[in-house]
Amino acid sequence: MSEKKIMLGNEAIARGAYEAGVKVSAAYPGTPSTEISENLVKYPEIYCEWSPNEKVAMEVAIGASISGVRAMASMKHVGFNVAADPMYTASYIGANGGLVAVVADDPGMYSSQNEQDTRQICRAAQVPVLEPSDSQEAKDFMKLAFELSERFDTPMVLRTTTRLAHSQGVVTLEDRVVPEDKAYERNIAKNVMMPANAIKRHVFVEQRLKDMAEAANTLDINKMIIKDTKIGFITSGIPYTYVKEVCPDASVLKLGMVHPLPKKLIEEFASKVDTLYIFEELEPVIEEQVRAWGIPCIGKEAFTVQGEYSANMIRKVVLKEDLQLNTPAEVPARPPLLCPGCPHRSVYTVLNKLKFHAAGDIGCYTLGAVAPLSVVDTTICMGASISSLHGMEMAKGKDYIKNWVAVIGDSTFMHTGVNSLMNMVYNQGTGTVIILDNSTTGMTGHQDHAATGKTLMGKTVPAINIYHLCKSMGIEHVIEINAFDIKELEKVIKEETARDEVSVIITKSPCALLKEVHFPNKCVPVPEKCKKCGMCLKPGCPALTKNEDGTISIDATMCNGCGLCKNLCPFDAIEEVAK
Amino acid sequence: MAETKNIMIVGVGGQGTLLTSRILGGIILTAGYDVKLSEVHGMAQRGGSVVTFVRYGEEVAEPIVEEGQADVLIAFERLEALRYAHFLKPDGALVVNDQRIDPITVVTGAADYPENIIAQLEKTYKVYSVDAAAEALKLGNSRVFNNVVLGVAARHMDFSKEDWLEVIANTVPPKTVDINQKAFLAGFEQ
Repeated sequence: MSEKKIMLGNEAIARGAYEAGVKVSAAYPGTPSTEISENLVKYPEIYCEWSPNEKVAMEVAIGASISGVRAMASMKHVGFNVAADPMYTASYIGANGGLVAVVADDPGMYSSQNEQDTRQICRAAQVPVLEPSDSQEAKDFMKLAFELSERFDTPMVLRTTTRLAHSQGVVTLEDRVVPEDKAYERNIAKNVMMPANAIKRHVFVEQRLKDMAEAANTLDINKMIIKDTKIGFITSGIPYTYVKEVCPDASVLKLGMVHPLPKKLIEEFASKVDTLYIFEELEPVIEEQVRAWGIPCIGKEAFTVQGEYSANMIRKVVLKEDLQLNTPAEVPARPPLLCPGCPHRSVYTVLNKLKFHAAGDIGCYTLGAVAPLSVVDTTICMGASISSLHGMEMAKGKDYIKNWVAVIGDSTFMHTGVNSLMNMVYNQGTGTVIILDNSTTGMTGHQDHAATGKTLMGKTVPAINIYHLCKSMGIEHVIEINAFDIKELEKVIKEETARDEVSVIITKSPCALLKEVHFPNKCVPVPEKCKKCGMCLKPGCPALTKNEDGTISIDATMCNGCGLCKNLCPFDAIEEVAK
Repeated sequence: MAETKNIMIVGVGGQGTLLTSRILGGIILTAGYDVKLSEVHGMAQRGGSVVTFVRYGEEVAEPIVEEGQADVLIAFERLEALRYAHFLKPDGALVVNDQRIDPITVVTGAADYPENIIAQLEKTYKVYSVDAAAEALKLGNSRVFNNVVLGVAARHMDFSKEDWLEVIANTVPPKTVDINQKAFLAGFEQ
């Protein structure tokens, strides 16, 4: 088989896992890693699941590896923090069946709350890292990662970035080869990490890293290309493609394995070039090691630690070219926003009217921080809304949070929010939590979770009932309500925040983009009744625009008929008509 | 073809730019070129400004198109055309769908939607504008406007009409092949 196909980086990673004979994959969705699982599930030979969070996903993969099959977990960079606990110790246990975590960094923060560099965690956890630079390598490196994992008895990380994950390139397909399952033998010295065993395994881990660093000198994916020796680049991943684009005749040491680093190879390369540049996105991980070896180089003093790199950056900094670019026009920003018909907009409209603050969380609903809704005050990480609200109360007292709520989506609640809610109950907080239950993981493009009743592999299963889950914690006031019933919602929020005990309000209205969501009507303005008060414009629905004369227009192709604007209008100047 | 060809597709999240990039990728691969495409997923797809880069040639290194490098800029919306026009080469072609979508900054009154965008762009760039929604509506479905825009852009690329129509047939849902092909031709043969 040598079929060629254009594949997204994430699709190629899934293909690589398939060809490598992976049998188990677990993940929690997160941009830019989500499409890995969405493509893996197309191969019926592989068991694939959405786990409630990355820690669980990592542990599922570790268990599968211990049992003797090739297994993987995939996640975005911040998800790797959640999975770090099992990963640090999996490093000691090593791998029976090959074990690979795919971790996607997001330089430039297209869809993330920070810009951390996964290689830093891997260095701390003493886990080797491969970094591909295009879709073909993504597939090839994935296969190699499983081989190295088994050969060196280690979990491996395949590090990607948004640009790799969401770029497409030509990939040559090969057949799936499933290695024979490794035998499982009870081995507590290796698999039970209590102090006496872990002390010995730590010795193994240190030696393993040395062995891998030695092997890295001759590893095929660490490529030394000697051409013009005036300039040399040490680079990896997507930045390598920028070097190749601009300086096809320069000498390059392209690292496929970015941790541990090949000392001899780097020393040899450095000795052959006059000026050595380290061209790596985000943190100076390669650079610090090179400098520690006493090798002079130019790195972060010339190139930024922030955002994505580019070929133009090399043209300016290295080649000193005057690019004479046209100046970008000054234009209004177009930030992302909640979709027309989004139930979060309705909830935020009520909170905005009440002048409430919200401790926020991770999801589409983070967009409630900006004008015109301006409700969300904080966003930290998955699950932090509930716990940070609790912290505010413990600091300042229950009266301080009477005009505060925590807002968290259903998927984020199942991820880690449930722990925070347990804490609030246990430690006798009095906060009000609004679970924005839109029946899906919205921002990443509609993935199922434990409370939706469907698995990644498409099986219908009993859904965990969020109402009963909250009730089981002993919370007396758990209220389910339609997000679009703004009058009732206002009343409930006032009542529940007034109570000196924990309350949960579950706004149950599915994501407007789900196929099964159909509002029968659409909204149309009635200009002769319009008093130009602007109430309907307050929620910032993108389907509405203000006309020159102060009346409004509603874009019929964008309106999905949720009725929020109609219900806000005090003069019946918006009516619903059949679509 | 000696030089790598650089194409950008820009628009507003939700306008369906990813479908256009899939069709483009398909035709390039059919022609036997190396190709790289780069897209934006995630948060920006929620009504934000979105960009897709398409590069093809004998061998393509980087997956993005940089400022001053685009041969063709396909803009699905006027303001987005203005936002990214400086990515064009001096002789590059700017294909604009003559549609206005107000960003939230305009809706809330924090900013004004620029006037006379097309005229402003024509001073510096070679502009080819089309009211794609109107063309698509003539065919009976305004949703296929993307392929009208693609049809206009295709005049600035070197693939045959037959190849375009075949790739469209292989990419769009089976029931919509006919209307999508007609939409493409409405732009291509304009």
